[in-house]
Amino acid sequence: MGNQAMNKSDLILLGAFVLVVLFAPQLFAPIGAGYPDLLQKFAIYGIFALGFNILFGLTGYLSFGHAAFLGVGSYSAVWCFKLLSMNPLPALVFAILFGGLFAAAIGFISLRRTGIYFSILTLAFAQMSYNLAYSVLTPITNGETGLQLAQSDPRLIDMMFGRDYGAVLPPSDLFGIEMTGYSGYYFCAVLLIVCFFLSLRIFRSPFGLMLRGLKSNQNRMAYTGLNIRPYALSAFIISGMYAGLAGGLLAITDPLAGAERMQWTASGEVVLMTILGGAGTLLGPVIGATFIKYFENIFSAFNDGILNQVFDFLPDTAREIMVSISSLFVGEGWNLTLGALFMLIVIFLPGGLIEGVKRIRTSVGKLFRGGGGDGKSPKSAPAE
Amino acid sequence: MSDFKISRRGILRGTAMVGAGLAMPTILTRRAWAAGYVNEPTGGTVTLGFNVPQTGAYAEEGADELRAYQLAVEHLNGEGDGGMLGTFSSKALKGNGINGKKVQFVTGDTQTKSDAARASAKRMIEKDGAVMITGGSSSGVAVAVQGLCQDAGVIFMAGLTHSNDTTGKDKRANGFRHFFNTEMTGAALGPVLKNAYGTDRKAYHLTADYTWGWSQEDSIKKYTESMGWETVAAVRTPLGAGDFSQYITPVLNSGADVLVLNHYGRDMVNSLTQAVQFGLKDKQVNGKEFAIVVPLYSRLMAQGAGDAVKGILGSTNWHWSLQDEGSQAFVKSFGQKYGFPPSQAAHTCYVQTLLYADACQRAGTFMPSEVGKALEGFDFDGLGNGPTLYRAADHQCFKDVLVVRGKENPTSKFDLLEVVEVTPRAQIEYDPAMLGGELGPYNNGA
Amino acid sequence: MDAILLQILNGLDKGGAYALIALGLTIIFGTLGVVNFAHGALFMLGAFCAVAFKALLTMQKISIDPTQMTAWGTPMEIRVPYVEAWFGDFGATLLDYSVPLSILIAIPVMLLLGIVMERGLIRFFYRRPHADQILVTFGLAIVLQEIIRSFFGANPIPLPAPEAAMGMIDFGAALGFDAGSVVYPAWRLLYFLFSLAIVGAVLAFLQFTSFGMVVRAGMADRETVGLLGIDIDRRFTIVFGLAAVVAGLAGVMYTPILSPDYHMGMDFLVLSFVVVVVGGMGSLSGAVVAGFTLGILQSFASMNEVKAIFPGIDQIIIYLIAVGILLVRPRGLMGRKGVMEH
Repeated sequence: MGNQAMNKSDLILLGAFVLVVLFAPQLFAPIGAGYPDLLQKFAIYGIFALGFNILFGLTGYLSFGHAAFLGVGSYSAVWCFKLLSMNPLPALVFAILFGGLFAAAIGFISLRRTGIYFSILTLAFAQMSYNLAYSVLTPITNGETGLQLAQSDPRLIDMMFGRDYGAVLPPSDLFGIEMTGYSGYYFCAVLLIVCFFLSLRIFRSPFGLMLRGLKSNQNRMAYTGLNIRPYALSAFIISGMYAGLAGGLLAITDPLAGAERMQWTASGEVVLMTILGGAGTLLGPVIGATFIKYFENIFSAFNDGILNQVFDFLPDTAREIMVSISSLFVGEGWNLTLGALFMLIVIFLPGGLIEGVKRIRTSVGKLFRGGGGDGKSPKSAPAE
Repeated sequence: MSDFKISRRGILRGTAMVGAGLAMPTILTRRAWAAGYVNEPTGGTVTLGFNVPQTGAYAEEGADELRAYQLAVEHLNGEGDGGMLGTFSSKALKGNGINGKKVQFVTGDTQTKSDAARASAKRMIEKDGAVMITGGSSSGVAVAVQGLCQDAGVIFMAGLTHSNDTTGKDKRANGFRHFFNTEMTGAALGPVLKNAYGTDRKAYHLTADYTWGWSQEDSIKKYTESMGWETVAAVRTPLGAGDFSQYITPVLNSGADVLVLNHYGRDMVNSLTQAVQFGLKDKQVNGKEFAIVVPLYSRLMAQGAGDAVKGILGSTNWHWSLQDEGSQAFVKSFGQKYGFPPSQAAHTCYVQTLLYADACQRAGTFMPSEVGKALEGFDFDGLGNGPTLYRAADHQCFKDVLVVRGKENPTSKFDLLEVVEVTPRAQIEYDPAMLGGELGPYNNGA
Repeated sequence: MDAILLQILNGLDKGGAYALIALGLTIIFGTLGVVNFAHGALFMLGAFCAVAFKALLTMQKISIDPTQMTAWGTPMEIRVPYVEAWFGDFGATLLDYSVPLSILIAIPVMLLLGIVMERGLIRFFYRRPHADQILVTFGLAIVLQEIIRSFFGANPIPLPAPEAAMGMIDFGAALGFDAGSVVYPAWRLLYFLFSLAIVGAVLAFLQFTSFGMVVRAGMADRETVGLLGIDIDRRFTIVFGLAAVVAGLAGVMYTPILSPDYHMGMDFLVLSFVVVVVGGMGSLSGAVVAGFTLGILQSFASMNEVKAIFPGIDQIIIYLIAVGILLVRPRGLMGRKGVMEH
């Protein structure tokens, strides 16, 4: 597969993506997001959404249970830490493997149905996983508290190489580089770039075209005598592996795996990320994931004290009014802002945030061309 | 396959760039070592991180915790009436901040989810430079954040968390808890139940199906069975079941004459309301009055259950109607600032902040290992629960436990519980080895 | 045997709530083709109609009594509810019956709300992809629940049933059981009957009125109905209002069973989708049957005897059944071909 070379615009896109990801600490610092944990989350949920988009964006199959694979990835990574080694590489392998296997099993059954029937099947499987992980499966998942490392863990491979972490709980490390802080971010960032590249290749491959065919007209494709299920199932498994990888990374940067990662709200979140950013586009899901995680972590942290500082330049009464109005939307009201933004974006930018990016680019382009351009659809736009 | 070469080269190029980038951040993380401990305050201020549920089922408790924290910060900085600083037995704090540094705070939303809580705590540590994290309204979150603080090298002062595990199986050197636990609830409630309902009783447990619920069920079983009660059944109910009718009807004809609801929060509100709806409060079984017990009470949640709480026994960490000097000082400054009395969650969070500040002041530093040592084995009084000990072996506070009953004739919507007994500390003390776990060494994040 | 009978009653009661929520949801699916993630929020808003009505009835005249002090040293406030002050005993009765009475408030409020929602937002999304519908209605649901929270707080609010319906009804005695062995709360029986009545009324309305006929025709083939020159849009607006009223009433009457809080809609959202899909897309009776079936099976799965064999079965039974039914019957119990399959 993939017999045509990467075209120029794809290379530019990839290059730009790599630059943004590598310089994210500097780029996001001015808006208060330039610290390792949030950057890690951007990258990890970016991967999760990229994978989801391969299924949903290309085939149109709306899975409402993808969080199950995220959770399975996390659990397998933490178990790998506990049993084998604190090195992230085996943990990642297991996370992807189990994410993929779990996806294969659920996908095999769920893909017998289409449309909303498919969505509810995936939702049902994920909810069952969540409920069981929270209660009955506690010996494996450690239930509500979440699966944690312990000093008494065997860590067989580490033991074999004579690594002893002493009395302190070890962080995950890649041959000596600790997977916390900025080094953890760059580890995630490299994988995000790899995942983005793979997703780009899939989008441009004949396989990707086939998947798109599933979306536009399944019946017609079936009439051509083609068995479509293997294609849909492959897409499902690939996106499950992406989710497993993301779950594994969550555990690598922060070795704890909780059941709530599998709850329907988590599945819903990745759906929202993808749609918000722009389903079926290459960059959209990553933008959507960044957007939602930014609001969750930064807007919820604003309190009256910070607001008072922000509106410090105003006279006292005006400041108090501004603070009391804006405090509805930040801090404990951050959900309100997010909900309102969901509505505004989907109303005014039907293609998601990526559409906003495109519009800005078009108008900027017009400006440079002296406003002469008649809005020729920017052919170079790599994102559909 | 020609294109694949290009892409592979691309990947290699990318990794090389990242490799170059990797060297830099490790230098950044090492910077912390030079300072002696993570987030050492160097200017004129010190930052505390208040990590509370602002959305989700415990949002109301989280809001009350935040109010208490703001009050505590005011008092530490010498504003307001000083609250419990005046009654606190340790006089190290002078109302000029901590170690001469003005206290600042940052807030975050735990959403009562481990992931969100840890993300929020990490933000406070990595971005805002918080030197201590505190708050929370459930044990799962407390254990998760406690583990994080241990790894990051900051002190964690637990908020409302009642599971044994927080200072038992999952205890950590950097974590401290003022709130009581299920073991103490069992020890305190047992004798009161015996007095109220006798020794010949058949109990039926409904238990929230997660670690705290099991822990609570075990403790109550342990103490009631030892005094002669029989446990007819212990049924696990899913968290957030909403309608509990399918679990309550089997109680009706089970022959049990006591129903123990090991539920908290919304589950407690719903299961209690519905149990009363099914007539369990007025029922006669085995010639005895049927009784309902709610081991862990929260006044905020009791408000949600309305009239159903009347006459129901349970335990609580603190209640605003207490008449000691410390409680009254706290209720006064809280009530005057916000117009209503504080909850037990607010109280424990306020006290934790004061205790942390006092320990830093006495240690003369914010270094976790030193602060921890100042807290270990610390005996104090005047913070609302009588003479209290921060036990060194498990970082758990030992103090009197309140057994309360839902009031028959409340005079206001806050006046829902009455204290029936103050169980003395000696009666609820236990051997730290009983709950297992390992504190491990302090981590200063170096 | 009495245990089984009691569980059936529990199931019917639960099923009543499921059926009512699912009914509105499936009407919106079937007629408008919209995936409405704000439907749970409508249920929650209904419940808060009852809360607001009670708050209105208990509006208090606040006067300050300087002779008495609160525990925190400010003068005690003396609160006298206006309604009781003005109407005396009648006021007290009014307060006692606040939950059923708030139906009278909920019907116009929910109808209006539904119409405003449809005209102001939903109608712009008829031709948009389902993904966009999900995003916008989910956003709306969050906004609605946050607004409710800013007024009423996050804590559950107790709303007791009227005194007369608080008691238990000895149900079994009529069926020949020992007295006292099958007793059931009056309000819950009332809720079951209420849900039957609403379901019956909605089905009859759609079955026997000319309005309903057009709507059903629209569900089957919207374009043709439009070609006949019938203003289907206006009818669809009313249909949305109707669905909102059904969800709202389910919420109002459920308040004595479940103390309402701002988040309750989200808790029912997933469940109501499962019920609708198990019933089959586009089938009204399917949703009702599925609601009651799932309610009853959930009750049975919670019995100790069953849980002893399959631990945790009560936590997943709904989803397990959903999977089972969808695998055996591709379009749920009574689904029609081609509705929401793409």
